Amino acid sequence: MASAVTKIRFRDPQVEMAHGAGGKASRRLIDGLFAPILFGLAPVPLGDAAHVNINGTCVALTTDSFVVRPLRFPGGSIGELAVNGTVNDLAVSGARAQALVVSYVLEAGLPTDILEAEVRAMAAAASAAGVVIAGGDTKVVEHGKADQMYITTSGIGHLIPGIGVSPAAVRCGDKILLSGPIGDHGITILLARGELDLEADLRSDTRSVLPLVEALAEAVGAGVHWMRDPTRGGVATSLNELANDCGLGVLLSEGSIPVRDEVRGACELLGLDPLHIANEGQFLAVVAAEQADAALDALRRTPGGREAALIGEIGEQPAGAVLVTTLFGGSRIVDMLVGDPLPRIC
Amino acid sequence: MRYVDEFREPELIARTADEIRRLADPKRHYRFMEVCGGHTHSIYRFGLADLLPSNIELVHGPGCPVCVLPMGRIDDGLSMAEQPGVIFTAFGDMMRVPGTRGSPLEYKARGMDVRIVYSPSDALKLARGNPDKHVMFFAIGFETTAPSTALTLMRAKAQGIRNFSVFCNHVTIIPAIRAILDSPDMRIDAFIGPGHVSTVIGCRPYAWIANNEEKPIVVAGFEPLDVLQSIVMLLRQLKQNQNRVENQYQRAVPWEGNRAALKAMADVFELRPYFEWRGLGFISQSALRIRESYAEWDAERRFSVPGVRVTDPKAAQCGEVLKGVLKPAQCKLFGKECTPDQPVGALMVSSEGSCAAYYNYEHRKRQALTNLSLTA
Repeated sequence: MASAVTKIRFRDPQVEMAHGAGGKASRRLIDGLFAPILFGLAPVPLGDAAHVNINGTCVALTTDSFVVRPLRFPGGSIGELAVNGTVNDLAVSGARAQALVVSYVLEAGLPTDILEAEVRAMAAAASAAGVVIAGGDTKVVEHGKADQMYITTSGIGHLIPGIGVSPAAVRCGDKILLSGPIGDHGITILLARGELDLEADLRSDTRSVLPLVEALAEAVGAGVHWMRDPTRGGVATSLNELANDCGLGVLLSEGSIPVRDEVRGACELLGLDPLHIANEGQFLAVVAAEQADAALDALRRTPGGREAALIGEIGEQPAGAVLVTTLFGGSRIVDMLVGDPLPRIC
Repeated sequence: MRYVDEFREPELIARTADEIRRLADPKRHYRFMEVCGGHTHSIYRFGLADLLPSNIELVHGPGCPVCVLPMGRIDDGLSMAEQPGVIFTAFGDMMRVPGTRGSPLEYKARGMDVRIVYSPSDALKLARGNPDKHVMFFAIGFETTAPSTALTLMRAKAQGIRNFSVFCNHVTIIPAIRAILDSPDMRIDAFIGPGHVSTVIGCRPYAWIANNEEKPIVVAGFEPLDVLQSIVMLLRQLKQNQNRVENQYQRAVPWEGNRAALKAMADVFELRPYFEWRGLGFISQSALRIRESYAEWDAERRFSVPGVRVTDPKAAQCGEVLKGVLKPAQCKLFGKECTPDQPVGALMVSSEGSCAAYYNYEHRKRQALTNLSLTA
C-alpha cells in the first residue's frame, strides 16, 4: 500500500501556523501529505474518528492534542477540553466513549498546583462524561520548549446502535440542526488572552455533547445522516467539509443561527465572522427532512439543548459550497477559514 | 448591538431597495465607486448586490490600506523585525500580507518576535513593559488610523519612551481618488464616500469632486441600510442633475471632521513628496511621514531600511482592478495563480481587498448559480 515512493501533493516548503488552524491550509496538509502516505491513495472523507473492525467488533478510535493559551479561561481549562474534545469526536462519529488514554508534555518549571488542577479537571470531566481514563504517559521538555503543558488524549468507544453517519448518507432536502449558540469558546479564549481591552460576560461552551447525540439517536435513529463538532474553523469550515465530501450544497439561513449578543458584538468589533469561530461544546447534525421536527424536539428536551435550532438544509446547488441567506434576502458564499481568524482594524 | 440591528432591519432594507428600483432609470447604466474597502466588504458580506437592479454596478475603489502597500515596504518592515532585540508589532490585517520572503505570520513561525496589536498604544505599552527590547509598530491606514499613531508618538515623546518606533505607512485618501479620476479609462458616475476616513477629515475635502469633476458623492456608513440609503441619495442627485457632497453617515461624521485628530496628525506628520501605491504607481503628496521633531521614534531613520522596490508580477492587473477598469474576475490570474490562500496581487491579500472579497463571497456563488442555470 503506502510506500516511500508515494507521491505527495503538498508543496508548501515548511509548516506554518495556518497548517494547524483547521481551515484550508490544514486540509491541504492532510489531503496532500498525511492521507496519501499513511492511508494509501484512496481518498476517503476524513471523519472525527476512525471506525476499526477488530475480530468482528467495530470500535471507534480517535486522538486529539490540546495546546491552548491561557490554560484556564472562563468556563473551562485545557484539562476539561482534552477530555470533552475526544469524547465529542467519538460522539459525532456515532460512538459512545468508553476509555481514554492521555499523554502529557510538560515544560520544566510548570508549578505543581497548575498541573494538579488540570489533572483534577480531567478527572471531573471524565466522570461527568461517563468515560474511564485508563492509562497515560508523561514527558518533560526543557523550559522554553513548550507552552507550560500540552495534552493529547486518545479515545476508544463502541458504536451507538441504530445510527450510521457519513457524508454519503446526506440527501437533498435533509435539514441541518445546530445544538446551541456558536462562537462562545473562540471568543472567550480571544478575550482571556488579555491582549484586547475588551470584556464580555462570556464562558467557553466546553462540555460533552454525548447526551445530546444519544437523545438524537434515540429519537430518529437512522434519520441522522451526518454529525460534526465545529471546533477550529467553526461551523463554516465543518459545513464546507461536508459540502466537499457529499458534493451537494449547504444552504444556511443567517437569522436562524443562534449567536449570543456578546459574541456577535465582539465579532463586529474585530471584523470576524461567528461562523469561523471555534466551539467546544456544540455539534451539527444533518437529519432526514421528515424527522427534523422530532430531532429538534429531542435536542431541545435534553438538558443543555434548549437553544438548539434548525439552521438550514441541503440542496443540489451550490454544489460543494455553503451559501448563507441574509435576513433581508441577500446571499453570500461562506468559505472555509484561511489560517487563523485575525482581527481587522483598519 | 441594538445600534447595529436597526441598520439591518429587513423591512427597512426591503423598502430602501424598492426605492432604489423606483429611482433607477431603466434606460441608464450606473457605475458607482465605493472608495472604501470596508464598504466593499459590507456589500459582499451582506449580499447587497443581490438587492440592486442589474443596471446599477458597484465598482470597488482603492480604499484598502493593506492592498495599496507595495511589497517593498513590507520587506522593509520585516527586515527591521530581523534585527536582534526587536519586537515587530502590527494590526491583524497585516499579518498574512506576503513579503518577498513570507508574511509577518510566517516570520513569527520561524521564531521572530512578531505580535498582533489592536492599537498603536498597545505597542507603546509593550515597549514600556519590555525596556530591554525595541518595539517597532508597522503603521498602516488612511486618516482613520493615522491620528491614533500620532497621539501614540506624542505620548512616547512626552513620557520619554525611547525603545519604541513607528514605521510609517499612512496614506491619504484624496490623492488616490484624484488619481482614479485622472485616469483616462475611468468611467464612474458617482462615489460612495469613505465613512471611517471622513470621521476624521469631514466632508469638506470632497467638494472638488462635486464642483470640479461634477460627480455626486455621498459619505456613507457601513451597515446594509447605510449603503443602500447612500445609493438612494446618489440616484436622487443624478435624477435632478445635481453634484453635491452629502453626508449619509451623520451619526459618526461631522461635516468639519475631527479637529483634535487633524491637529495631532499635523503636529506629528508631514506629507511625503511622493509615495508608491501598489497598483496605482507613484502618487505625489499621497502619504505621511514622521516630522523631524519625532525623528527619534521614526523607524525609517533608526534602522537602515533596504528600500528595495519589488514589482508585482506583470500578469497581475491590480492597477486596472483598483481603478475599476476591470472586474476582479477579469484579471488573468484571478482564481488561478492568485487566490486568498496564496495571493499574488495586493487586492487578494486583505479581506477588504476587492479581489479577496469577490473571491470569498461572489465568485463561487456565481459559479454555483451558473451551474444552477445549466442543470435547471
